Amino acid sequence: MDENFNWLNPFASVDLGIGAWANGIKQWAISNREMIQPPKQFFESVIAAIEGALQAIPPVVMLVIIGLIAWQAAGRRAAGIVVACLIVLGLLAPEAWGLAMTTLAIVIASVILCVLIGLPLGILAGKNDRFEGLIRPVLDTMQTIPAFVYLVPVVMMIGIGNVSGVIVTIIFALPPLVRLTSLGIRGVNPSVVEAARAFGASPRQILFKVELPLATPTILAGLNQTIMLSLSMVVIASMISVKGLGNEVLRAMGRLDAGKAIVGGLGIVMLAIVLDRITQGLGRSGRERGHRHWWETGPVGLLTRPFRKTA
Amino acid sequence: MISGEGGPVIDCRNLWKIFGHRADEAMKAVREQGLGKSDVRDRFNCVVGVQDASFTVARGEIFCIMGLSGSGKSTLIRHVNRLIEPTSGQMMIEGHDINTLPREALRQIRAEKIGMVFQNMALMPHRTVMDNVAFGLEVRGKSRDERHHVAQRAIEAVDLAGWESKYPDELSGGMQQRVGLARAIAADPAILLMDEPFSALDPLIRRQLQDKFMALSAEMKKTTLFITHDLDEAIRIGDRIAIMKDGVLVQVGTPEEIVTAPADDYVADFVAGISKLDLVTAARIMQPLGQYAQGNGPQDTASWPVARPEDKLNELVELAVGTDDPILIVAGEQPIGVVTKRALLRGIQGRDDANAEGKAA
Repeated sequence: MDENFNWLNPFASVDLGIGAWANGIKQWAISNREMIQPPKQFFESVIAAIEGALQAIPPVVMLVIIGLIAWQAAGRRAAGIVVACLIVLGLLAPEAWGLAMTTLAIVIASVILCVLIGLPLGILAGKNDRFEGLIRPVLDTMQTIPAFVYLVPVVMMIGIGNVSGVIVTIIFALPPLVRLTSLGIRGVNPSVVEAARAFGASPRQILFKVELPLATPTILAGLNQTIMLSLSMVVIASMISVKGLGNEVLRAMGRLDAGKAIVGGLGIVMLAIVLDRITQGLGRSGRERGHRHWWETGPVGLLTRPFRKTA
Repeated sequence: MISGEGGPVIDCRNLWKIFGHRADEAMKAVREQGLGKSDVRDRFNCVVGVQDASFTVARGEIFCIMGLSGSGKSTLIRHVNRLIEPTSGQMMIEGHDINTLPREALRQIRAEKIGMVFQNMALMPHRTVMDNVAFGLEVRGKSRDERHHVAQRAIEAVDLAGWESKYPDELSGGMQQRVGLARAIAADPAILLMDEPFSALDPLIRRQLQDKFMALSAEMKKTTLFITHDLDEAIRIGDRIAIMKDGVLVQVGTPEEIVTAPADDYVADFVAGISKLDLVTAARIMQPLGQYAQGNGPQDTASWPVARPEDKLNELVELAVGTDDPILIVAGEQPIGVVTKRALLRGIQGRDDANAEGKAA
């Protein structure tokens, strides 16, 4: 402690060297890059496969497919909105549709991974107060820390490209799914769970037959948020060389090209509306659907109608 | 082994349940120092839910536990299928201590031996009536056909045929509770646990469901533990009644015993408003013939109306209306006692006549 130590402002005189320490982690990451290559290759190929599939389908066919999915999931009205948004998206610019499919591929890959990671974590947090207490500050950190802070270490470790883009997207988009899954599990009526126990259900059966089905609307609200957040990350992800609509916006910023920025920006918004309407439709409760099974409504309902016995 | 047909189906022995983080310490202190409820709360920050409860339920018997909310009756019933673990004591089900069973055996007993009906129905809102009723069979891994066949029988037993594919929120409260009842009886369990099943229903529906339940239980002969806060309901339904207060079983007995010989002021307060007409028997209010003859001299009993000792007050009133003479009580061929007008009126009031003192015990 030096003599200039100021008791009224002790923080100015103390340097624990946290910045340098964190830099050390970065160095460690760089020197261990080879370790990450095989999994990176794997994810790279998965993302490429998703994108390849989306790009291979002709836009008109894709429009019909997404329209039918929206009809099935959310009803006719939502399907109309979805199709209209997709048409606007396609008309924005000749290259807009292709860029949107690239972005969609990244979003799909991120969301799949978010579900694989977030659902089990959320269930665990819903069942275990201690785990919930542990994971909460982590989720807070993930949601509030500026993306630029982890952008650099991730790039150092994994390099630029789609895989890094997916990772930074997951960091930002995962928390709502975990939080809302936990909330959904905790919100299940305890007397129904007790009844399930009283009739001999095992913890596993209680989870899959009672808790998860009853928590589904809340979990799907979390999924909806995760999808929205991962879309909002595409511009930032484009800084580490992720292609797609975000990249258009980024390049337009560099060139002060307002036209290009609007094409990219509106494209993202249209995609967001499409994904939002579809996932919100999924979250409707059974009662809102008139207690019909999913295969009894929408286009699938039309197909299966001849085979169902009339009640 | 006392298992099998002879012994009690439910045998609860010195059961204690103390809630709180330091329940075991509190239990030890209660045992060694005889602490009371308030001491346990002050010193260990624990709540005594059930205090030294012992009772047995015989096969086919309907045993009612009556108490106000917070008296620990719902806690007690949850020990029977081990939804709650006791702090001390045993709960023997057909001779086996349910608290020593391994998990899988416990689940099997819950699914196949013990059916339960809840006050708030606790139906699964995402399942149809059929799938709710079949839940216990489903978790045992029964095939779809088998469980639907069995569940259909249970649904018909509670008069809900035609509603199988409806969801609980499409049904009225009374119908929902009938689904709860069907779910409880679907697996044909030996024991039924009824946790205030009809309390949340309006009086008319409650009465209907009580009748439905009594008809079903007369037919199925299930050993039943029935929780209620309504003494009228307990008297109507129960073969025997236990009165519970602050976690303690204050009195256990037949409805007549509870009404005519309450163990303490608390029970007496409860039974004060209960009509004795259909509960109290002639045997309880009559004066022995010898004692009567001593007081009133020899009588000519030939013109007196005659009743049997097990006849209820209601029937005695019918007899007394038509005559000024006392009623002669005859067991078999032998006259054993006399019921005077005065004793009858006192009996209806729920008090013992001064002359009959020492008889009512």
